[in-house]
Amino acid sequence: MGRQLIIRLIQTFISLIGMSLLIFILVRASGDPVDLMRTSTTTDAEIANIKEQWGLDKSYPEQYWIFLSGMAHGDLGKSLIQRRPVTTMIGEALPNSLSLGLLAFVIGIGMALVLGVVAATRRDSWLDNGVKFIAVLGQALPTFWVGIVAIYIFSVYWQLLPTSGLGGPANYVLPVLTLAFFLMPGMMRLVRSSMLDVLGSEYVKLARVKGLPERTVIWKHALRNALIAPLTAAGAIFAGLITGAVILETVFAWPGVGRLLVTAVSGRDFPVVQGITIMVALVVLVINLLVDIAYAYVDPRIRF
Amino acid sequence: MDIAVGHPELVLDAEEKRPSRNWDIFLKPNFLLPVIVLVIMFLAAVFAPLIAPYDPLQTTLTDRLKPPAFVAGGSPAHLLGTDKLGRDVLSRIIYGARVSLGVSVLVILITSTIGTTLGILGGYLGGASDSSLMRITDISLAIPGIVIALLLAVILGPSFTTVVLAISLLGWAPYARLIRGEVLKLRTADFVLQARIIGCSPGRIMLTHIFPNVINPLLILATLSVGLIILVESALSYLGAGVPPPTPTWGSMVADGRSLIDTAWWISFFPGLAIGLVVLSGNFLGDWLRDRLDPRLRQI
Repeated sequence: MGRQLIIRLIQTFISLIGMSLLIFILVRASGDPVDLMRTSTTTDAEIANIKEQWGLDKSYPEQYWIFLSGMAHGDLGKSLIQRRPVTTMIGEALPNSLSLGLLAFVIGIGMALVLGVVAATRRDSWLDNGVKFIAVLGQALPTFWVGIVAIYIFSVYWQLLPTSGLGGPANYVLPVLTLAFFLMPGMMRLVRSSMLDVLGSEYVKLARVKGLPERTVIWKHALRNALIAPLTAAGAIFAGLITGAVILETVFAWPGVGRLLVTAVSGRDFPVVQGITIMVALVVLVINLLVDIAYAYVDPRIRF
Repeated sequence: MDIAVGHPELVLDAEEKRPSRNWDIFLKPNFLLPVIVLVIMFLAAVFAPLIAPYDPLQTTLTDRLKPPAFVAGGSPAHLLGTDKLGRDVLSRIIYGARVSLGVSVLVILITSTIGTTLGILGGYLGGASDSSLMRITDISLAIPGIVIALLLAVILGPSFTTVVLAISLLGWAPYARLIRGEVLKLRTADFVLQARIIGCSPGRIMLTHIFPNVINPLLILATLSVGLIILVESALSYLGAGVPPPTPTWGSMVADGRSLIDTAWWISFFPGLAIGLVVLSGNFLGDWLRDRLDPRLRQI
């Protein structure tokens, strides 16, 4: 396992280099990034200044090296609008995103597990059909629209909850629940179908024949093995979590990284967008590495 | 074995009740309903100038924020009401179908071509190119596409082309993975081995022997991806990184209504409903197609 872990770490490192190269090429392919910053008030002196600061007068390999070493030192450049380091801005927004994301993740995945298992054990009952119906709706309705409709129902019509922004616990309810609703369907379908596979297997029959209570059979013996398949989808679920957070933070004016990204996009604040992209790429790679390790741990037959 | 052998009355019975068995499957609601919705959307997009009651860009400030016809205060002149500039919501939804449809068609053409080519090459040739292709595919599947799309929107500036490129940049990966998996099963099939024995070149085997056998999964995935593409496209429009104004898009219409949700809910509500309906139809049609053509692919 130790040797494989090292190989996997090297692979992750290569992927990281590849991804930084991709971002670098994407950014430079469009021409001079400084041109993007030019507004009606920028002077040529300022442009030349920024060019020197960013080392844009050097060759491409040199530029890439500067870009890489900056990243390695945790330096993602400065915002063009706020004139503050991108890392500081991300650092301020990150706690808000984490609290929103973690709560939604726990609620969404928890609900998905419970509903998926219950739907699988009572196949074709009204409960199963209800779960399938929610899954179909959740995968078809646009997240931002669900958020707005939720605001209309709970904040405007019934006036129970605040419409947007940060504040007390009540502010969490709508963003967290809509994000959880966005995460739930995919996971629920996976749990349901892999649970159905496992429930038909020999060792589940054996557990029943042994006379174990049905609850132990389902929630202990079956669920454990049914979780291996959804675990592989953890990377995709994480991608979904970020996508949902970017959209819903914008809908609910939630001061997190997602909203920072969208504001930066509309203000064409290039370094902020690039910095957040790099950070997301890094987190994605780390998560996938952890998932692979967890996968090999849960199912010893799997080798990298 | 035919169960009707020795029971001639069964044959008669079956033939009387089901004169054209093959057509029956098309008369099921889970095929008809989504097809009707998608055909309506297609016609709306193509014939928008003929169908739409108003010019989608025409602003009439005296008719601002008119509610839909069936709500108190609404008039039949604007069936789904008007927005804050007095533009007709129904007409804008009809024109908005053009963007969603155009982006979907282009993205599907680009991603399925790239993904299928890479999938067949990787799956058939194997080796180092295959394993590195699969690593790139895995990473592409794990990247939140919306972040890359937003980066591209800043680099290239928001436009129709940017949206298509941004969605296609990662969109080929599911095709590559699915097709590669299918090719791995096919490459040891008897007809492929025979083609190799009689001396077909690898290119010929991939093109004339393997490709026709992956068309079914390709068709299923393409149909299932319509909904996903429209969701991403409308999300980009909502975030202001889609096809820029004044072109009406469903996502940007929902965004326009966000700040007016307490007074004019219809501005956001109806375009979102249109997105949901079309995505739902695409998903249902994809499911139907999968059950018909290739039930093994339940996981995609």
